[in-house]
Amino acid sequence: MSAGAILRAERLRVRNERKFRIEIESLEVAEGETLGIIGPNGAGKTTLLLALAGLKKPESGRIFFRGEPLDVSGSMIDYRLRVSMVFQEPLLLNATVFDNVAMGLRIRKMKGAELNARVAEYCELFGIGGLLRRRAKTLSGGEAQRVSLARAMAVRPDILLLDEPFSSLDLPTRESLLADFEEILAKTRSTALLATHDRAEAIRLSRRLAVMSGGRLVRTGTPAEVMNDPSDEFVASFVGVETLLEARVEEANETGFFARAGSARIEVAGKAAAGEEVILGIRPENVILSAGEGPGATSMRNSFRGRITGAVNLGAHYRVKLDCGFPLVAYVTPRSWSDLGLAEGSEVTASFKATAVHLVRRSSPDA
Amino acid sequence: MDIILDGLKQAFLLVARLDAEVLSVSFLTLQVTLTATAISMVLGVAAGTAVALNEFPGRSLVVGLVNTGMGVPPVVVGLFTTILLWRNGLLGELELLYTPSAIVIAQVLIATPMVTGITLSSIQQIPKSFRLQVLALGASRLQMLWYLYREARLPLLAAVMAGFGSVVSEVGAAIMVGGNIRGHTRVLTTATVMETSRGNFDMAIALGVILMVIAFSVNYALSHLQQRSRQR
Repeated sequence: MSAGAILRAERLRVRNERKFRIEIESLEVAEGETLGIIGPNGAGKTTLLLALAGLKKPESGRIFFRGEPLDVSGSMIDYRLRVSMVFQEPLLLNATVFDNVAMGLRIRKMKGAELNARVAEYCELFGIGGLLRRRAKTLSGGEAQRVSLARAMAVRPDILLLDEPFSSLDLPTRESLLADFEEILAKTRSTALLATHDRAEAIRLSRRLAVMSGGRLVRTGTPAEVMNDPSDEFVASFVGVETLLEARVEEANETGFFARAGSARIEVAGKAAAGEEVILGIRPENVILSAGEGPGATSMRNSFRGRITGAVNLGAHYRVKLDCGFPLVAYVTPRSWSDLGLAEGSEVTASFKATAVHLVRRSSPDA
Repeated sequence: MDIILDGLKQAFLLVARLDAEVLSVSFLTLQVTLTATAISMVLGVAAGTAVALNEFPGRSLVVGLVNTGMGVPPVVVGLFTTILLWRNGLLGELELLYTPSAIVIAQVLIATPMVTGITLSSIQQIPKSFRLQVLALGASRLQMLWYLYREARLPLLAAVMAGFGSVVSEVGAAIMVGGNIRGHTRVLTTATVMETSRGNFDMAIALGVILMVIAFSVNYALSHLQQRSRQR
């Protein structure tokens, strides 16, 4: 229980309209961090966010804001003035962009030059500075969601709650908004909770992930922790089974870069700057195992000696966990498994191409 | 055809001459219907909002009653208002029967379900998530209602127009509870009925024309407001 937590929930039970109950043992959000809440549709993400926004009364449990317990029986107006929430749909007023972005500020009785300046500032930030006089109805989906985000952030909330804010946008629109939003979050040092069913989106925007399933938080940790060590099969199947590595770019050239992850130096085809912190993803089907010292003469640029720490027979293949100085997951067919005489504890060589490694986050479009 | 032309001529002359009786009847009509419309608006918008925003047992029954209330014949409302205000009726002690107040009461009973029904449907059309969004920006309950009405302003003005239209043109209840007493409870509709039954077609047409002008003016003013707010 860290002292820096701006928001903390304990033994929170909340029921939604469909009588579905979420039960959160404990949840903490540190000041300035983005916590991604990922889970499939129906996992209870929206219900959790509504409870944390003070918009849905919990059946039981406590919520602490900056260490102080909230009185959830009242209107929570003081707390609600400190947080703001963005929904999947933009839910704009039938009014101009200016009036929409001004909404939360007017609720707080801001007016005159201060109001104008604040609205202009946040519209500029979201690239909608030229649309101030436009009617909300005439905006495109992406523009409307930018207005909605600017409206929520213009009040400078202590905590920003985001419920699938990018899910109803088409891909190119979503990509450009995601890239901008990532920058804005960093620039404004906002504390945010992002609920999404899209793990790539969550990894890209969040420092920490909480996986939600059936109304419970089943795993919390950094993206790499959650991905590489899913606590159960559900988490594994939901987050995907690829290996994720937190790495630091050591050397970059025209065609690729070398990144340091643990004791390993991995060659990656792609663009990154030296010194940059990146996350690397490696799909298990792209990892080749060989029993000998090396892979022999192949085009694979990455080759590491490692030991098998665990294996699960999934029928079509074994999912093999390796320790190569960094955790790595590989798929092996049952036939290769027996031909190579593999077992837990076996020493093997794991190889993969530089092009098989992908950058999962930070201004990378191939996330 | 001659009857109509004479009637129009007569109407013009009556208005131009500022006929005292015609003026007092017109003035009372405006006073009574605008009062009734205003009261119905307050009651109807409040009731419609309450039903739209709350879940409670028997809600669908209430919605059904409101919708039925929108179509209750004014004569029936007049009958019940009369019984209610009758000397030994429930509210007989107030001695309101055959006063302008009695007409206002009957008209409120006619227009309120109308305003309630239209308010209910217009507030219901706004998705629940919109309400949550307004609250999520820090709004108090009152501020949330203000934004809700702001979003529903076009249908809400239509509700006022419908309420006003239903009472300004109403005759059955006005005669039953008002009694069409000259200089006291005679309104344009009841006067028109009386003049027609007496065969004074020119006077009846004159009153009818004035009634239409009043109805048109009020509705035009409201429509103007409605269409202007559409642009805002």
